[in-house]
Amino acid sequence: MSQHPTTYVPKSAFGRWFESRLPVAGLVHSSFVAFPVPRNLTYFWTFGAILAFMLVAQIVTGVFLAMYYTPNAAMAFQSVEHIMRDVNYGWLIRYLHANGASMFFIAVYIHIFRNFYYGSYKAPREVLYILGVIIFILMMATAFMGYVLPWGQMSFWGATVITNLFSAIPLVGETIVSYLWGGYSVGNPTLNRFFSLHYLLPFMIAGVVALHIWALHVPGQNNPTGIPIKSGKDAVPFTPYATIKDIFAVVVFMVFFAYWVFYMPNYLGHADNYIPANPAVTPSHIVPEWYFLPFYAILRAIPDKLGGVIAMGAAIVIWVFMPWLDTSKVRSTAYRPLYKQFFWVFVGVCLVLGWLGSRPAEGWYVIASQICTVYYFAHFLIVLPVLGFVERPLPLPNSILESVMGVQKGGAGMPAGANAEPQSKG
Amino acid sequence: MAETTTHVAEPTRRDFLYIATGAAAAIGGATLVWPFVQSLAPDAATVAAGAPVEVDLTPIAEGQIVKVFWRGKLIFIRHRTPDEIKAAQDVNVASLRDPQPDAARVKDGKSQWLVVYGNCTHLGCVPLGQQGEYHGWFCPCHGSVFDTSGRVRGGPAPINLPIPPYAFESDTKVIIGQEATA
Repeated sequence: MSQHPTTYVPKSAFGRWFESRLPVAGLVHSSFVAFPVPRNLTYFWTFGAILAFMLVAQIVTGVFLAMYYTPNAAMAFQSVEHIMRDVNYGWLIRYLHANGASMFFIAVYIHIFRNFYYGSYKAPREVLYILGVIIFILMMATAFMGYVLPWGQMSFWGATVITNLFSAIPLVGETIVSYLWGGYSVGNPTLNRFFSLHYLLPFMIAGVVALHIWALHVPGQNNPTGIPIKSGKDAVPFTPYATIKDIFAVVVFMVFFAYWVFYMPNYLGHADNYIPANPAVTPSHIVPEWYFLPFYAILRAIPDKLGGVIAMGAAIVIWVFMPWLDTSKVRSTAYRPLYKQFFWVFVGVCLVLGWLGSRPAEGWYVIASQICTVYYFAHFLIVLPVLGFVERPLPLPNSILESVMGVQKGGAGMPAGANAEPQSKG
Repeated sequence: MAETTTHVAEPTRRDFLYIATGAAAAIGGATLVWPFVQSLAPDAATVAAGAPVEVDLTPIAEGQIVKVFWRGKLIFIRHRTPDEIKAAQDVNVASLRDPQPDAARVKDGKSQWLVVYGNCTHLGCVPLGQQGEYHGWFCPCHGSVFDTSGRVRGGPAPINLPIPPYAFESDTKVIIGQEATA
């Protein structure tokens, strides 16, 4: 933001008076109006705006649900049914919130894999990227605690399984778990604190999102070519180009969202969660929400409790090291013929892991999970570092303009990597 | 007056005051964390509700598993059949993941009664009784297998189903949450 001196001049006397006291209009103008945006962005770059919309949607629906929800083990289930049956439009607000979590994760996974594909995590955007990983972890914590609140069977047993992960920690594990529970098992104190934290974490997410956007505005956005903006011709102003495109994408996404809410609101949930929590009976098959399934499959693939927990944690934490594990100088996978294949294999492995996470932990499912888990880590620890050395990337265009408008003067493209250095930005 | 003490190599009283103030603030801040962390621990009411519970064994038929709760935790009381006792005893203890003879998991002379926590030691699901390869328990969540002594025999569970503290008050009454005093 500070990188782009604003040309904003308030028009009214009041505007000038206010701007000299709190230059927020200038900040908005330089960040979201005059800010240069690569002219070749695709719709994959609209998911940031979609995610911002989803965060606001979740907070708004959540605040209204909290007006009726009772975070007490004896009353929570009833209060959710009360919302569904008695509260005006309570069904709509709850279905928006419950499906909103899934929509949030669909959008974030597209956003994350867009980042993987176009090498957005590479220098100079490492901090921006790591902030994104932190947001994702906060989202997972928030979503997990939110799923506990209706106090159905899946809520209760999901909470039991996930909190018990911490008991794998040697020596202090059992103590940590009793501090998480506030008791000797998942119970009323657990529900109370999960509600408190479920309300808190979205605002922490909002805080990290502000940093994420701030960090984005220092180098500017990556783009499908992965090469930086070099001249004004490579860019268009954020408003109207990106603004309108983002709004259009958000509206299309809302249609998709509405389809789930109105036509299959319980498809992504579990029928077991409409049975009140019962500590004496485990559902025949405990499955987390779909967005946790790949990580759940990794957890179960390791036939050792502590090992499984470490592997599951590592599966996310390893993302943090991606900017340094990927040794290729070329950002965009569009110019990396070999990596392109590995990328899609990796996407496939993640999807298969997700499917395996939904299967019972028996027979060949376990073996397949183990193979996929090994590949998952190999992608980061072997494929990314090695390919940078052995792969011969395609020639990069000289500029973003050239990549969209064609070569202007018939000059040959520069050799690959010759202009991959990120230093020159618009 | 222009020559202040800022460039003196030797620590000054002001340096000492900075460090002392900083240390006091750090220690004070850290101390203030303590009550907040402690507030997360099981509270007095929860602890009080965790008093021992009495269970009458008379209605539990041979071969039956009864579920009771103590401290919100599920406990299985299993009235084992002679076959189940024999199966539990005829095991090469050294071959077990968590080696423990059956005799160490029941009270002397009461080998028909097995009292174990009812949550899988993997991630806390409730295993299903009389199922699995050893007809002890089978956990439907992640496939852990337990024998008729509640010992882990397969799957991801790291240890045997733990034994809660309990004591026989008489042949037909057991107190869970309290070890024998005599």
